[in-house]
Amino acid sequence: MLDAIPDARTVERLKRKRERYLAAGQWTLIWRRFRRHTLGLIGGAIAVLIYLIAIFAEFLAPTTLEDYTAAYRFAPPMPLEIVHVGADGAWQWGLHTHPLVPTVDKVKMRRTLAPDPRKLVPVGFFVPGEPYRFWGLFPTDIHLIGTSDPKVPLMLLGSDRLGRDLLSRIIYGARISLSIGLFGVAISFALGVVIGGISGYLGGVTDNLIQRLVEILDSIPSVPLWIGLAAIIPLTLAPELVYFLITLILALIGWTGLARVVRGRFLALKSEEFISAARLDGASPLRIIMHHMVPSFMSHIIAALSLAIPGMILAETALSYLGIGLRPPVVSWGVLLQDAQNIRTIVEAPWLLLPGVAVVITVLALNFFGDGLRDAADPYSS
Amino acid sequence: MLGYIVRRVLLIIPTMLVISIVVFLVIQLPPGDYANTLMSTMQDSGMDSFGFEALRKQYGLDQPLHVQYGRWVWGIVTAGDFGYSFKWSVPVSQLIWDRLGLSVLVSLSALVLTWCIALPIGIYAAARKYTVGDYLASFIGFAGLAVPNFLLALLIMYAAFSIFGMSVGGLFSAEYVNAPWSFAKIADLMSHIWIPALVVGLGGTASLIRIMRANLLDELGKPYVVTARAKGLGETRLLLKYPLRLALNPFVSSLAWVLPGLVSGETIVSIVLSLPTTGPLLLDALIAQDMYLAGSIILMLSVLTIVGTLISDILLAVLDPRVRYA
Repeated sequence: MLDAIPDARTVERLKRKRERYLAAGQWTLIWRRFRRHTLGLIGGAIAVLIYLIAIFAEFLAPTTLEDYTAAYRFAPPMPLEIVHVGADGAWQWGLHTHPLVPTVDKVKMRRTLAPDPRKLVPVGFFVPGEPYRFWGLFPTDIHLIGTSDPKVPLMLLGSDRLGRDLLSRIIYGARISLSIGLFGVAISFALGVVIGGISGYLGGVTDNLIQRLVEILDSIPSVPLWIGLAAIIPLTLAPELVYFLITLILALIGWTGLARVVRGRFLALKSEEFISAARLDGASPLRIIMHHMVPSFMSHIIAALSLAIPGMILAETALSYLGIGLRPPVVSWGVLLQDAQNIRTIVEAPWLLLPGVAVVITVLALNFFGDGLRDAADPYSS
Repeated sequence: MLGYIVRRVLLIIPTMLVISIVVFLVIQLPPGDYANTLMSTMQDSGMDSFGFEALRKQYGLDQPLHVQYGRWVWGIVTAGDFGYSFKWSVPVSQLIWDRLGLSVLVSLSALVLTWCIALPIGIYAAARKYTVGDYLASFIGFAGLAVPNFLLALLIMYAAFSIFGMSVGGLFSAEYVNAPWSFAKIADLMSHIWIPALVVGLGGTASLIRIMRANLLDELGKPYVVTARAKGLGETRLLLKYPLRLALNPFVSSLAWVLPGLVSGETIVSIVLSLPTTGPLLLDALIAQDMYLAGSIILMLSVLTIVGTLISDILLAVLDPRVRYA
């Protein structure tokens, strides 16, 4: 319903806009559509941030994985304050924390650690702390944040039963938890593309057989099977090998979804005119697949991949939590959650559940991101 | 209709065959067998390696793989004999049926709860598209998807313990654990089961809410809805009379992929909450390499899932004639 006939300038402007739209490449269109998906954008930003944290873990973590403070076992999260009101009422500015001292909880009749309100320890950025090798290469001891007193650790999220800083362990754990998602998805991707591709391209009996196999695999509840496979891994195996095997197990069960997507796209594209044209031109099947088909369903694959990563992360966390996935000294979010096995520990140190918060945030962010991508994957649909 | 059902039932046979082979391979993969496990734990109890060889022979562990597989499957099919649990020293069938029953009960309760939550929320989200309520519904749905269910179980345990001072593990109160079945015991079970059911079901609600919302939105734009509205049908009746019934079909078919997820979730949650279902028994059996017990549990969980899927497919065919001829 037009209120008024648009003037020539507006017509010209709309025309140019239309031309730009028609001339824009596939990826430009995808980006434009993705930009409108607010939740997807936010999710993507958070996901990128979390991956950056994982990459720069050594520097961002207040301390190293091995570092522990015996006096700070089961330490509650330490406060981070900007202003301190002294006993005389005077205000003292500057980022600081309070060292923890043992106190006796008279109600619960047990010893706990509590911040000592009288003592101040300044907290600074880019301060020297535990020495480490950045990316295993460059020796340094500068951490993003830390106290100026080497005797007082900075435990912003509390500590575990050995007095190790939980925040640092969560940051290091991000490396394992996130990379296992990426590697697992990479392996599933390879399996899914090859098997789904064969199924979709050849069609007929092969397609039928592969589809039945996928259906059967999908109808088996995955967790019992995961537990079964994970229990095979001997306890004495080197941690790196365990990591590799767990990734493989996750991928072996997770490829079916991706194979479905690939097959679906293959079937949809096979009857497209530009594919028939390429075939009539005498292009080889490989050339048709790589040059004509893959570019036009790449966006769908990327969306499916980003939606598959959260599932892998959740599966790893669950397996490690049950004690049959990754094990210490490897630190992942699931391994950290092993400390929160029984209700007594959780009641005494509820902050041990915080690695779970990291899992939830990451999975949510990746889900929203993947959702946005999926909506944007086909920019030519209405 | 009958043809469809027969075809669908026949398809189950190869499915079960493949699953039983996969399961058997999985439990056979670990190096060594139960005799080795026993040997390592009873090293110094004076039993010599000769004794273990005899044990191996007795349980048929010295036979080639396909013979062991054949015997196992044949025993199950012909006599309901799932083999022998080495760890518990009783036939597997004595151990698993009670626990399987409770597993099914928890999974089904979770399913019912999932539907009870997802259906109204999905309808609401579609009818009030792009309102605060709609966004809230999708957010809760997504959160349910993102929180690992063992973590949710832990959180509920923590909350129940620190706020109400009660422990929520298990399916029965202490006085009913070994009691024979009675109305009081069933009532006790019902008062416990909703927590694991809620924990297991929450993960599935997210996708169901989205499916319900999307399907209903598709229907709401169709001409027959406009016609009905033009004729003066009230909004509530308009919504419930036709579009909802059409949007329900995919809801029923979703059972096929919700069910494996529920069974998976039940396995983990039951381990965390130490429920007397198959989960903890399975974990124990796998760690002890009690292969027939572990294999039978995985097999039966898969079989029950497939039977559930079959039922949902038949239900769908009853509801929607188009499926029968597809």
